[in-house]
Amino acid sequence: MRFYEYESKALFRRHGMPLGEGQIVNSTAEARAAAEAIGGPIVVKSQVLSGGRMKAGAVQFADTPDEAAAKYDFVLPIEVGGETARSVLVEAKSPVAHEYFVSVTWDGRRKLPVLLFSDMGGIDIEEVAETHPEHLSRTHFSTILPLSERIAKEAISSVGVSGGDLNRLVPIVYRLMQVFLQYDLTLAEINPVAKLEDGSFIVLDGHVDMEAEARGDHKKLLAELGIGEDETRQARPPTEFELEGARLNAVDHRGVAGNVVEFDGNLGLIIGAGGGSLTLFDAVRKHGGKPANYCEIGGNPSVGKACNLTKLILGKPGVEKIAVMMNVVSNTRVDIVARGVIKGCLEAGKDPSKVITIFRIPGAWEDEGFKILEKYGVEYCDRSVSMYEAAGRAVAKL
Amino acid sequence: MSIFITKDTTFIIQGITGREAVNLTRENLDYGAKIIGGVTPGRRGRDVYGVPVYDSVKQIAEAHGTPDGSIVSVPPRFTRDAVFEALENGIKLIVVVTENIPRGQVAQMVELANLRGARIIGPNCLGIISPDEAKMGGMGGPAANTRQAYTKGPVGVMSRSGGMTTEIASTLTAAGLGQSTCVSIGGDAIVGTTYAELMPYFEADSETKAIAIYSEPGGRMEAELAEWVKAHNSRLPIVAFMAGRFMDEMKGMRFGHAGTIVEGKEDTTSEKIERMEAAGISVAERIEEIPDLLRKRMTEAS
Amino acid sequence: MPGLFIDVKVAAEAAKDTEIAKKLVEVCAVDIFAQNDDGSLRVVEENLDECVLCDLCIDAAPKGTVEVIKLYES
Ligand code: SF4
Repeated sequence: MRFYEYESKALFRRHGMPLGEGQIVNSTAEARAAAEAIGGPIVVKSQVLSGGRMKAGAVQFADTPDEAAAKYDFVLPIEVGGETARSVLVEAKSPVAHEYFVSVTWDGRRKLPVLLFSDMGGIDIEEVAETHPEHLSRTHFSTILPLSERIAKEAISSVGVSGGDLNRLVPIVYRLMQVFLQYDLTLAEINPVAKLEDGSFIVLDGHVDMEAEARGDHKKLLAELGIGEDETRQARPPTEFELEGARLNAVDHRGVAGNVVEFDGNLGLIIGAGGGSLTLFDAVRKHGGKPANYCEIGGNPSVGKACNLTKLILGKPGVEKIAVMMNVVSNTRVDIVARGVIKGCLEAGKDPSKVITIFRIPGAWEDEGFKILEKYGVEYCDRSVSMYEAAGRAVAKL
Repeated sequence: MSIFITKDTTFIIQGITGREAVNLTRENLDYGAKIIGGVTPGRRGRDVYGVPVYDSVKQIAEAHGTPDGSIVSVPPRFTRDAVFEALENGIKLIVVVTENIPRGQVAQMVELANLRGARIIGPNCLGIISPDEAKMGGMGGPAANTRQAYTKGPVGVMSRSGGMTTEIASTLTAAGLGQSTCVSIGGDAIVGTTYAELMPYFEADSETKAIAIYSEPGGRMEAELAEWVKAHNSRLPIVAFMAGRFMDEMKGMRFGHAGTIVEGKEDTTSEKIERMEAAGISVAERIEEIPDLLRKRMTEAS
Repeated sequence: MPGLFIDVKVAAEAAKDTEIAKKLVEVCAVDIFAQNDDGSLRVVEENLDECVLCDLCIDAAPKGTVEVIKLYES
């Protein structure tokens, strides 16, 4: 889950990293007041999660409070990657002498955190990597040895930075590494760290991503930064349908019947488990089908949960029929899922034999499950029908 | 032969009295596993289907000798400590089934395992099965279901999805192709053992004649495999199935496993497919194509 | 609301026995049994469809007093 720039900076500030003067504002008047308080040249930055702010024109400069106010009104409606400003950050514009790039992330191949440092900050780092590889250092570090400033020093000095600049950069980079590990971040990036004309260093722009699994361990921080528990901070905000799916899944702890993602097709999908859902979603699309949703069933959910998920999907506008499909199951029970979806259909006032296009869940307790499906006249198949074929049968019925 | 486990492999279950672990115990015992003990602090003296429960790994090692392996099935916040306990007591093969562990903690487990010369499979995985030999983990579920889906034969299977491992094995079995060893490597962004790290073991196993893999968007594991195959001039033909093709257009959205997210170009299925094909790995469009592709590649190879 | 798929019948004399009632509440993992204020047994109708067919209730009560019926078989 990604933090906004102002949240990332608030986190950096707590850890003693140097930042310029700035204020988050939510109205034209506030923007003017903030610019007045700062005095001098101003940067006005839209707060969005997507990249490409600068290109979209959502970062503007101003010399006077009136100009800052006008620039606030200007950036507010600008869409960046389909997203408009959550708030606007008004900051002092500092006279920059040089820009550096620093980032900490995970390297899944080495299974270690990796520190990236470049003395060519402010531009796209992938480009630096391609055109000036000698200006980018990659330094892996241990997660079990105590963290030390030595690693920061090595990373910075290996691109040729020395003298006072090296010694001023080390603590900033070291703190970024600390923050990265301490808060279970998957990315902590400052681009750029600026050396100002007076020789001091400040963080000009930065952002962090926290691992979703670790949210529970950092509740206090998230609350203090004002990040709500229902903010998923995925590429797009969750829809009402998706939030309802999450609520239904949380009702009891038995298994999963959720992870719902909304699409705008006419075929409702009750699919699982993790890998099976990906496979089946692809298969439906390959056959020209239009899924109304993605979801995941797994870990043997209760009948009630499967029933509620079915009702949710059947109740979605535009859904004509549903398909119930999974890979061969060993832990989830076929009969329990069969009961759940049939019950869901009936409670939604639909005839299971008409609304369920196909039931393809082979595996544990399948004989019992097939008896139930038989009784309600639902078309089903066993493992001799592939996932791909089953998806084709479902699509053909629409 | 098989890789990692045989009929004689001894192992323990950490967190043995938990709901999932009790199931695992039953299923593994029924499949013939030699489970010599289980750990749940404070429960020493009890037993789970005849498997004695202890307070610590050390107690088991003292009573029965150091086991070959351990299945760790404890809640996420205790997992790292449980893995460290296994490692510090000399266990060399650890299957971590727990999911939702932050990757910083996974990295710590892997780092210590490397220092101790041990191997971790998972987390967020169903473990290992060598049909007719042994099973260590939840693959295939109850023993009867497991025997229906998994049969002995020449194909090694590696998969980021536990459930799809069974689907693939079941498809292979139906087509008359058995499996040597199947490894569910886990769906997280950082896992103890990647495809490329499994390859040397399969390469050295005379029973294995080909490899089938299940793959997803996210991470660099397929690129790493492609490089390995090229660099080592592998004798094993590989057929891969790639799921989640729809995700290529959905940057930044996470589906399924924790590691399944498209952030950059290298995470996309199209890029992965390209890299694998360039390394001579066949990529199947559908699961049911895997057996024929494998047969064809095995004939070419021999 | 009775179950769509499952019905559980308990013989009247067994249902009155508080000891048997207590045991049944204990063994059923999906809360199909509950005890009334006087200790007698009550079948929780809204949970009937959650029955996992484990037969633990049948084993826990005197032979023939508890019956788990699959309504989809009739
Ligand atoms: S069979 Fe099992 S789940 Fe069903 S009522 Fe009896 S104890 Fe409960």
